[in-house]
Amino acid sequence: MYDAPQTQREVDLTQTKIAARNVQVYYGDTHAIKDVDVNIEDKTVTAFIGPSGCGKSTFLRCLNRMNDTIDVCRVEGDILIDGEDIYDKRVDPVQLRAKVGMVFQKPNPFPKSIYDNVAYGPRIHGLAKNKADLDDIVERALRRGAIWDEVKDRLQSPGTGLSGGQQQRLCIARAVATEPEVLLMDEPWSALDPIATAQVEELIDELRQNYSVVIVTHSMQQAARVSQKTAFFHLGNLVEFGETGQIFTNPEDPRTESYITGRIG
Amino acid sequence: MPLFWLLVILLAMAAGGYVLGRARAIRSAGGDSRKLHSLPVYYGSNVALKVFVPAFLVILLWLLIQPVYVASVVSGMLPDGAIPDNSSRGLVMAEVRRAADGLDNAVAAGLMTENQARNARADFQDVTQRLRDAGQIVTSDVTQPVLRSAQRLRVMESTGSMIMAGVAILLALGGLAWGLRDSQLDFRARNVVERGVMVLLIAAASIAIFTTIGIVFSLVFNTYEFFTLYRWQDFFFGTNWAPSFSGRGGSSDLGVVPLLWGTFYISIVALSVAVPVGLFSAIYLSEYATSRLRSVAKPLLEILAGIPTIVYGLFALLTVGPLLMRVFGDEGLGWMQAGTAVMTAGLVMGIMLIPFVSSLSDDIINAVPQAMRDGSYGLGATKSETIRQVVLPAALPGIVGAILLAASRAIGETMIVVLGAGAAARLDLNPFEAMTTVTAKIVSQLTGDADFASPEALVAFALGMTLFVLTLGLNVFALYIVRKYREQYD
Ligand SMILES: Nc1ncnc2c1ncn2[C@@H]1O[C@H](COP(=O)(O)OP(=O)(O)OP(=O)(O)O)[C@@H](O)[C@H]1O
Ligand SMILES: [Mg+2]
Repeated sequence: MYDAPQTQREVDLTQTKIAARNVQVYYGDTHAIKDVDVNIEDKTVTAFIGPSGCGKSTFLRCLNRMNDTIDVCRVEGDILIDGEDIYDKRVDPVQLRAKVGMVFQKPNPFPKSIYDNVAYGPRIHGLAKNKADLDDIVERALRRGAIWDEVKDRLQSPGTGLSGGQQQRLCIARAVATEPEVLLMDEPWSALDPIATAQVEELIDELRQNYSVVIVTHSMQQAARVSQKTAFFHLGNLVEFGETGQIFTNPEDPRTESYITGRIG
Repeated sequence: MPLFWLLVILLAMAAGGYVLGRARAIRSAGGDSRKLHSLPVYYGSNVALKVFVPAFLVILLWLLIQPVYVASVVSGMLPDGAIPDNSSRGLVMAEVRRAADGLDNAVAAGLMTENQARNARADFQDVTQRLRDAGQIVTSDVTQPVLRSAQRLRVMESTGSMIMAGVAILLALGGLAWGLRDSQLDFRARNVVERGVMVLLIAAASIAIFTTIGIVFSLVFNTYEFFTLYRWQDFFFGTNWAPSFSGRGGSSDLGVVPLLWGTFYISIVALSVAVPVGLFSAIYLSEYATSRLRSVAKPLLEILAGIPTIVYGLFALLTVGPLLMRVFGDEGLGWMQAGTAVMTAGLVMGIMLIPFVSSLSDDIINAVPQAMRDGSYGLGATKSETIRQVVLPAALPGIVGAILLAASRAIGETMIVVLGAGAAARLDLNPFEAMTTVTAKIVSQLTGDADFASPEALVAFALGMTLFVLTLGLNVFALYIVRKYREQYD
């Protein structure tokens, strides 16, 4: 576990990585995200919690402009990363996504070998100088994804042939291989066993030293374990946002309290 | 009795049977249809089926067997002396049939009474003339044996169809009685009707299958016939195609190699047009075009597939050929002698195949899950990187299948070749030469008045068989690949 001195941690936490102002998202006529204002800090794990269909994934996808790929989706408001508006016309969403990586809710390995799956991002962005370098990157990513031991003997077999949980960890490895500054993880443990879950949580904690991590989770314990900040969404609204400890022990909003104690959702 | 009226009567009986059966079943339940084993419609349908189906089957069988039987009896009646030296029994029989039809027409036109038609004897000139008046084509004067056979034929056919009508109606009545006796409270009418429906579907499927088998058998049989007249080594390995049209055979060279080469060459040209253009337009339509543009452009592209190939042939002959001549002909580069060439046919065939490739590839590209693209975009890949490295590899087996299917269409195409590529069978590498294909030669071997028993005509079946085996192989291979691809996402 990360054990930095309290003082240093305070300093880091004050830096805002992502600032969202007055964000609205529409799918056609459906108003999926309403008036969301949030500051996501650097070198922090932020957890999004909330009942199913409340817009967690939708908001997460706004942060790397993945919603651009959905025809009916419309995003309004400002989202700033390092002070730069990512919805500005001059911003190239492709570059943005290299900086803001994402692990999807459903595992989606490419129909390629395990090796090529992980090497995909580094190859596109030219991160490796030579083959040995690339081999190193792939191995490190797979180790961080807690899947190296299981696949090290069959790197050339197809990624689609792995089990659901292995595919999920492969996708995590694939995302960290490109060394993003922000990592968005949409329930990456939905198919993981407790051991793998613990390994992924460890990875997240490790990533926090350098990056900003945003996770979506349905498990309160997990949010409490790995995150420093928690945001509670309900019906498209950001109901409450604050220190994880604060949210779980002393929520301000009655809706947060009833969700955490299991009465809505 | 004309067949049409017989069928109408049977249908009317079936409809009556339906009403009666239904009513009788309800009556047996004391008016409460809930007590019946099945819904009342099933009792009605059961009776209708029993009335119609057996009678209809008998009619079908009768219609198949009667002409064969009558022909064999009548042909046996013809004395050997009635068959001229330069003719055969089959040809005389055809004349008999024509005479019989002529008598029918003459009676229908009021030129003869039925009695005259049956008994007319001598004075053949008169009969022949009257048949001509009735609009029948009579090639030579009708002879006495032919006339007598024709009369016999007519009598046998009309009594035959009377007996058929009688048998059918009796059967229908029997079916009616059987069905009505069954229309009782406990009878499981639903199960009977369900089985009837199943049999109907099986019959439909077997018609398709048996016709295919029949066609293949006739191909195989005639091909075998051909190879008894012509050495198979010369056919498969001969590099010269020069059939003689004297009709006596013996001096023909019937080597398939130049034809296969022409087929192959033209198909290659066609595919090298159709595959890139079709594939790129599929990629544009499925990945880049807005959904509104797509909804207009895709049907437009598919209209190309609806144009009859003969129109493409005209296009090749009248537009593309002259156009190529202007560039590559004597006034231009001087490579081309005439407008009909491999290039002409290949280009036009390629255009014909574009919608085929693009529409299939478009479906296949669309079947690649969006999640796969999202995964790639999420890693910071551009659109074309995503298409090249994720979408196309995922769709590749399906696209290969589509291309193979297009290839088998190209191999089987005829009209464009006939009009666009010329008729010369040639082994040549120059794509601006005229060449021809297997299909085009099948057409030219059978249109002409060659004797059907000569190797020059029978070779068409051997060519057809070769083509059939080739395209079947390609199709099976394509389907295998497409199916293998389907399993990937399930
Ligand atoms: N592609 C889409 N088109 C139309 N509506 C969508 C689309 N994606 C999501 N929505 C709608 O937006 C709302 C928010 O969906 P979202 O996927 O963000 O929920 P979520 O909080 O991630 O839920 P879960 O916990 O089940 O994943 C839902 O009402 C959903 O129906
Ligand atoms: Mg979600």
